[in-house]
Amino acid sequence: MAKGDANSFQWDDAFLLNAQLGEEERLIRDTARAYSQDKLAPRVVEAFATEHTDRAIFQEMGALGLLGLTLPEEYGGANASYVSYGLVAREVEGVDSGYRSMMSVQSSLVMHPLYAYGSEEQRRRYLPRLASGEWVGCFGLTEPDSGSDPASMRTRAEKVADGYRLTGSKMWITNAPLADVFVVWAKSDAHDGAIRGFVLEKGMAGLSAPKIANKLSLRASITGEIVMDGVVVGEEHLLPGVSGLKGPFGCLNRARYGIAWGAMGAAETCFHAARTYTLDRQQFGRPLAANQLVQKKLADMQTEITLGLQAALRVGRLFDEGTATPEMISLIKRNNCGKALDIARAARDMHGGNGISGEFPVMRHMINLETVNTYEGTHDVHALILGRAITGIAAF
Amino acid sequence: MHIVVCMKQVPDSAQIRVHPVTNTIMRQGVPTIINPYDLFALEEALRLRDRLGGEVTVLTMGPPMAEDSLRKALTFGADRAVLLTDRAFAGSDTLATSFALAAALDKVGREFGVPPIVFTGKQTIDGDTAQVGPGIAKRLGLNQLTYVARIADLDPAAGTITVERRAEGGLQVLQTRLPVLITMLEGVNEIRRGGLDDAYRAARAQVVRWSAADAGITDLASCGLKGSPTIVKKVFAPQGRAEQVRQVPTIDRSADELAADVMAAIFQTQPALEEDLLRFAAGQ
Repeated sequence: MAKGDANSFQWDDAFLLNAQLGEEERLIRDTARAYSQDKLAPRVVEAFATEHTDRAIFQEMGALGLLGLTLPEEYGGANASYVSYGLVAREVEGVDSGYRSMMSVQSSLVMHPLYAYGSEEQRRRYLPRLASGEWVGCFGLTEPDSGSDPASMRTRAEKVADGYRLTGSKMWITNAPLADVFVVWAKSDAHDGAIRGFVLEKGMAGLSAPKIANKLSLRASITGEIVMDGVVVGEEHLLPGVSGLKGPFGCLNRARYGIAWGAMGAAETCFHAARTYTLDRQQFGRPLAANQLVQKKLADMQTEITLGLQAALRVGRLFDEGTATPEMISLIKRNNCGKALDIARAARDMHGGNGISGEFPVMRHMINLETVNTYEGTHDVHALILGRAITGIAAF
Repeated sequence: MHIVVCMKQVPDSAQIRVHPVTNTIMRQGVPTIINPYDLFALEEALRLRDRLGGEVTVLTMGPPMAEDSLRKALTFGADRAVLLTDRAFAGSDTLATSFALAAALDKVGREFGVPPIVFTGKQTIDGDTAQVGPGIAKRLGLNQLTYVARIADLDPAAGTITVERRAEGGLQVLQTRLPVLITMLEGVNEIRRGGLDDAYRAARAQVVRWSAADAGITDLASCGLKGSPTIVKKVFAPQGRAEQVRQVPTIDRSADELAADVMAAIFQTQPALEEDLLRFAAGQ
């Protein structure tokens, strides 16, 4: 054991996560951190207040190489590790969960399926433009009456001459109103009712993507519906490489893994803000941080963040080795989102009256994390996935 | 053109906090950064390189962990990084630091080409002395241009450089001959941010590491604590400025009246200033 020197314990990196990263991973993280702090942090307060999504963010992230960064370089990716992808998510979400959502959807839910399930023509057509941020992508699985149970989807693809006609609607779709490329999932009559993926493009007849207004969460990230009113597409718009729910789930696993890192980024911001605030704020002649109740909350935050990040790193290493399982991802997505939400709520509380102000980040993170805890598999549904793995009995 | 930028890894003073109960500095958990003033020097060097061709070498003296800052500089676009690190340098003041850096610059010149321009930031945020740059210039016989706001002209063929220097009396336009040491002012440019490609390049780059002996330094008595005559007699927290703040009421006053009120409030505490200004106004 190392010397019990008081200075050897770092309150903001208790298990020395930094030392467990490679040089490339550290520098990729620093690149994402510099971008997030220099370019995203200055605009988030107004973007959130005015429900404004800045499309330029995609181009900025693309120029840095942050979109689709795990993909091979020939398609515009950086061939980076999944640990690097997680580190980037943590930095971006340290500013706002909405910005991380925009990035996750583009990288994991749009670029990944096009790469993993797409034809070579589809890869060449879409991936470089999505990697540069010239095109924005969205992913349509959830429907108004089909959330945790995606197998109940109503969107249908009928066979027509030279292709398919798609009919149905998708709900709660990140990026949809801005999107140029739509990866949607539908039950295909021509494939015995199996769920198949299709790539649609903005401007197709019958395709629209109205904005969902008045969201109280993730307000810096635009959300919409996808309405397909008999959209007719050619055979080249079918994703040939996958059939069934494993298609969308393969994408969601990657995004959920990134969320597990990202949520900890938001939690870290809240933890650091609560520490700073309670050290600075004097009441009863001494800083709030001198109170046992406050220190206990800070210790809880530090503990959960340290454990959550270490878990995310472990799953990331397994992801890179090819041995990560969906259950592991359910475990960290569920745990880290739930813990981040608890931390944000406590940090909001510790800021007292100031905590409701937009000038402090805590309430924004708190209400964002309500969504993050819910989307891509709710806290409860991930418990059921783990429950099924533990007992062998599906409770859903 | 080969340009060298001398930089320093420093604690991020914006994140250093004074403990609210004990009033001591809380060093723990304070991240280290490249001295922010040095980033203006680095960006200026990179712009010259982009315009004229050549290479930018970043040089720092510090503990082995200062390599982090050098790699960061590589992600911004520097071509080469040199770390001067040796226990013999521990405890260096500005005299000993300029001694070691001057020796290392000499060696950089022999190994990678003599630089016509050496940059530093105007000062560091931890020491705030602004002495190391001029010290290096003196030791190497370089012309020195301090507090430079802009490089107005550079003619490598003629060996001349013209800069704008911000001084108390106004802007000075100075011209001198190369080789030159420039200390760069803050706020004159914005450091470029690299992308993932730059991160990969920096991660894979080999940082050149020199000990005192590698840098050709034999006079160890001029290094580190031994070579540092500076003695810190006392450390204290300065009095808060808020205690000296005066308020001038603004209600029902015209702009001219307000200006007169403000001047009167200033002259109240600085009587000599009033006399000086009156004399100046009288044309003396």
